[in-house]
Amino acid sequence: MLAPEAELKNLMLAGLDGDAAAHRSLLKYLSDYLRAYYRRQLGRVGRSATDAEDLVQEVLLAIHTRRHTYDPVEPLTPWVHAIARYKLIDHLRRTRTSLRDVPIDEAPDLIAQEDQDSTESTHDLGKLLGQLPEKTRRAIECVKLEGLSVAETASRCGLSESNVKVSVHRGLRALAAAIARERER
Amino acid sequence: MKTDDLIAMLGTNVEPVNRKYVLRAIGTAIAVGTLVAAAAILLAFGFRADLTTTRAFIFLFSKLAFTIVTVVLTAIMLTRLARPGGERKISIVWVALPFAAIMLLAAVNLAFAPSAHWERMIVGDQWLECLLSIPIIAIVPFALIIWAVRRMAPTDLRRTGALVGLIAGSVSATAYALHCADDSLPFVALWYGGTILLCTLAGTILGPRLLRW
Repeated sequence: MLAPEAELKNLMLAGLDGDAAAHRSLLKYLSDYLRAYYRRQLGRVGRSATDAEDLVQEVLLAIHTRRHTYDPVEPLTPWVHAIARYKLIDHLRRTRTSLRDVPIDEAPDLIAQEDQDSTESTHDLGKLLGQLPEKTRRAIECVKLEGLSVAETASRCGLSESNVKVSVHRGLRALAAAIARERER
Repeated sequence: MKTDDLIAMLGTNVEPVNRKYVLRAIGTAIAVGTLVAAAAILLAFGFRADLTTTRAFIFLFSKLAFTIVTVVLTAIMLTRLARPGGERKISIVWVALPFAAIMLLAAVNLAFAPSAHWERMIVGDQWLECLLSIPIIAIVPFALIIWAVRRMAPTDLRRTGALVGLIAGSVSATAYALHCADDSLPFVALWYGGTILLCTLAGTILGPRLLRW
């Protein structure tokens, strides 16, 4: 399921240096791994695949916004797994799931019923972006959604380039926090 | 939202990341916290006025050595605990080492002193001031370090909180040592060690609330 450690680590290191293609492939690999992980784990407690996909997206955002906490001298897999496990435990604690909710025997059925292509979460990006302050939202829309360069965004929004960078960074963190909050409801 | 759309969004215009971020942010928070704590102590109480004897110099140096060694060892632990899975890469031995050392020295010191002096050696003159000042002055460094660690990704919030409390207490004790005129090892072991322990307990309780991500 998970590509070899060395390959993933190279993608991660390239991504840390600003290589967008490497970063995308890494997130793609990890999303498959995380999806399988959460379906397996949540299947045990009788949770749906939508829950799993919510968690996959939350973890991808966490991996992205907190990738500066990865120590390049360490292997990548344990770092990813620690984040995935932290978010799983946090999720189960917040939603007060008891392991007794659903008998373990039912788990394989739940997994078998999953549509493997359903990789849509309950998060609504438009709505989440709407919660952000105007400047932050605009910066994310330009740089991250429309793919404009930081310089283009800066001149379009009348901000300095460093201001745009900070806004994007702050916006993604706020988005990650908003997704984590949504989970509690 | 489709996961592929999220990946496309995160993978557009990827900014390079500063690989020294964790070390730099924790280092800065502790350095600024130390300056604030030292300024607070010097403004509130002033530098110790009796620094005229060799004995006073030796004690000032010993207290600073104890607190600074503690800060450095625990700061190294925090650069590990602040990262996902870091709880598997730390050892309580390094954190306990300075405390074990000071307690051992205090015990030896007491053993060689006549028992009539024990009370004075342990209680000192300003135990209450020490007991109150160190935890109160620790609040600012605690807030600064927590603020830095909130940008990281600790996965054991209780232990991380405890360690942040311990560092903040030790930073505060470092500042208090500039003023403290109670020159005895048992005093340092009990009141410095005890107040740092209080800060650690506070951090343990607050950690899961303040550090969740």
